Amino acid sequence: MSHLTLDQAQIDRARDMARRIAHQVYDDMHRFTTTSVERATLRLMGVDGIDQNQVPLPNRLVSHLQAQGLLPHGAAVTVAGAMAEHGLSIQQVAQVVAEGKLSLQRPKHEAAARRAAYDMAARACERIAGHRVTRDAAVAQYGEARTPWLYLIVATGNIYEDIVQARAAAEQGADVVAVIRSTGQSLLDYVPYGATTEGFGGTYATQENFKLMRAALDEVGRKIGRYIRLTNYCSGLCMPEIAAMGAMERLDMMLNDSMYGIIFRDINMQRTFVDQFFSRMVNAHAGIIINTGEDNYLTTADAYDAAHTVLASQLINEQFAYLSGLKPDQMGLGHAFEINPELANGFLWELAHAQLVRQVFPDACLKYMPPTKHMTGNVFKGHIQDALFNVVSVLTQQNIHLLGMMTEAIHTPLIQDRFLAIQNARYVFNNMRDLHAEIQFTPGGQIERRAQQVLCETADLLAQIEQTGLPAAIAKGTFADISRTLTGGKGLDGVIPKSPDYQNPFPALMLPQERTS
Amino acid sequence: MNDQATAEKWVKPYGDTMNDGRVQLSLTLPVPLSDDAKEAARQLALQMGLDEPSVVHSESMGHEFSFFVLYGQCRHRVDMGRIKVAKPEFEVLGKEAINEKIAQCMGRKMVVVGACIETDAHTVGIDAIMNMKGFNGHKGLESYHEIRAINMGAQVDSEELVARAIEEHADVILVSQVVTQKNIHLDNLTRLSDILEAEGLRQQIILVVGGPRISHELAKELGYDAGFGPGCYAENVASFVIDEWARRHAR
Repeated sequence: MSHLTLDQAQIDRARDMARRIAHQVYDDMHRFTTTSVERATLRLMGVDGIDQNQVPLPNRLVSHLQAQGLLPHGAAVTVAGAMAEHGLSIQQVAQVVAEGKLSLQRPKHEAAARRAAYDMAARACERIAGHRVTRDAAVAQYGEARTPWLYLIVATGNIYEDIVQARAAAEQGADVVAVIRSTGQSLLDYVPYGATTEGFGGTYATQENFKLMRAALDEVGRKIGRYIRLTNYCSGLCMPEIAAMGAMERLDMMLNDSMYGIIFRDINMQRTFVDQFFSRMVNAHAGIIINTGEDNYLTTADAYDAAHTVLASQLINEQFAYLSGLKPDQMGLGHAFEINPELANGFLWELAHAQLVRQVFPDACLKYMPPTKHMTGNVFKGHIQDALFNVVSVLTQQNIHLLGMMTEAIHTPLIQDRFLAIQNARYVFNNMRDLHAEIQFTPGGQIERRAQQVLCETADLLAQIEQTGLPAAIAKGTFADISRTLTGGKGLDGVIPKSPDYQNPFPALMLPQERTS
Repeated sequence: MNDQATAEKWVKPYGDTMNDGRVQLSLTLPVPLSDDAKEAARQLALQMGLDEPSVVHSESMGHEFSFFVLYGQCRHRVDMGRIKVAKPEFEVLGKEAINEKIAQCMGRKMVVVGACIETDAHTVGIDAIMNMKGFNGHKGLESYHEIRAINMGAQVDSEELVARAIEEHADVILVSQVVTQKNIHLDNLTRLSDILEAEGLRQQIILVVGGPRISHELAKELGYDAGFGPGCYAENVASFVIDEWARRHAR
């Protein structure tokens, strides 16, 4: 499609402002670690399992370090020191600490402990890099699926039932399968353990569930000759740990937003900013594509009036992603088709917004979300709403296409709802495959003017945010009309100021160039 | 008048001729597509009470599932003269009229505390009713100057909600439940009303629930004063609660 005429200088200015906004937050937050970052560090180094009360050992170990006043130094070096001094594996250290048989101290040989921690972390990074090679080889063998990739959700609440549905979805044509978590997991300050067969609106994200689903999708992928990407939720209070688990079990995508938890789950802002940095760094190293959550703004605020908040947030998310080492093709910046269907020319505005996002982020792996807010029990109309969404997606060359379900307003999709959704998308994508190359936007027409207007409003909004700083902007309810404060929300007790000798071996290994002080 | 209320009025589905009973149906069978599977779908429709069922479309959905679209003629009919549906009886007023009625009846602001309770993380329903902006052009309760609307958001414990209601001297508690998988909403809603009962507050607080799968009938069964489903806006809820408040205080 011939491009919309946009003011490139204005886009550059907006991006520069977003960069300064994100860097300001990064600089302010860099003096903190969190309990979940330290737990993720230990998981990556090999701590797993639970105690007799089902409490994960990473939690036990980090709580112990916190009680001993050792957490500000970072968990990795202290634990590596204990391994050397007592001749234990890292898992054994976790076990004896949990049994109350060992009380950890600062390492006697600090430099040796640092080297040991660094070596363990390096081995973890190699294993994760190995998964990346496996993925690349599979994609190379089968060939990459055409975009927009069809992204389907399974949410039975039982991992074994999820597997049945995920296989069926892959056979029907899904390129990406997302396993929904149990509602409420985002607020758990630990990651449940083992295979789970319960949950509401989905089952728990656990490392064992990741492993089971990965194996099932690899198997069905071999059968049908496609690499099926697996997605889960790297969000909530355990964001860094989920990233670690996903990296170890070769997930391919993670929902991983820099602000979603703050706004929609009332998780403390400082906790989220620190956690998202670490988790994105792990995702970057693992070759995982993150999905951001701007679509959610539009379920609360109006999709037309708040279009510029989506673009502003995407620009900020992009800069946070760069800080963590993510590349543009790993940035699944999110947006959605949520304009009220009663609005005259609503389709034009959806087209303007989607094309604007495409042009502002030409190399990003954009994620486009279907109508949800204005879906009703009229499944027949819903199917058409989804068809219009499909048209915009293929016309503006989106990358990740979350399939719209005609029963969106009724229930978690029945198996035939997914089947019909895939048919709908395939029909539209196939029939309109090259339409984008054949038509042009009228210069100065309604669509172009609308895109220019949203871009202008975005630049204005970013200027305001830069002036006050991002935390103050969030406190004012800039995003989704929801206000959150720097010290409000859940999880602030897990934010720990680093001592000057704080050590974590992973940033030096995972980031292209170490940014830490 | 009584005769009229109970006069027989039989109905059945209308396709293109009165009483032809035509209905459409789609379903999945967890078996591979085959002639036997098609026949199974047809026989199922027959057992559902559809005469002359015909499978107009069948398609394989992978190795383990097949999809069917059927038409048939519904054998059954229903007497609408004998139907009684529970619904809250009140007049739906506009925003200004509601404000006026509150001022007149209560002589103070009405206090409404709302939340999406327990594990349910979906704020879309409670936001649509309570937030300033409302939904679909219908302003939310926050925009009513005679209502003090406190939206606690999602994943609020029932205890926390009740504690806030006590602290704010709430007249109304508004609960939203969106997730209904495995009937979790029934457990959540029962828990809330039990806590209110235990606190001795059930009589003085107007308790209202809303959500995409909530009906007034279900709400009444659960001991709530009213239930609001899809298509209801802030003015529906506000009209009910001021009507209910006035009714209770007239006694």
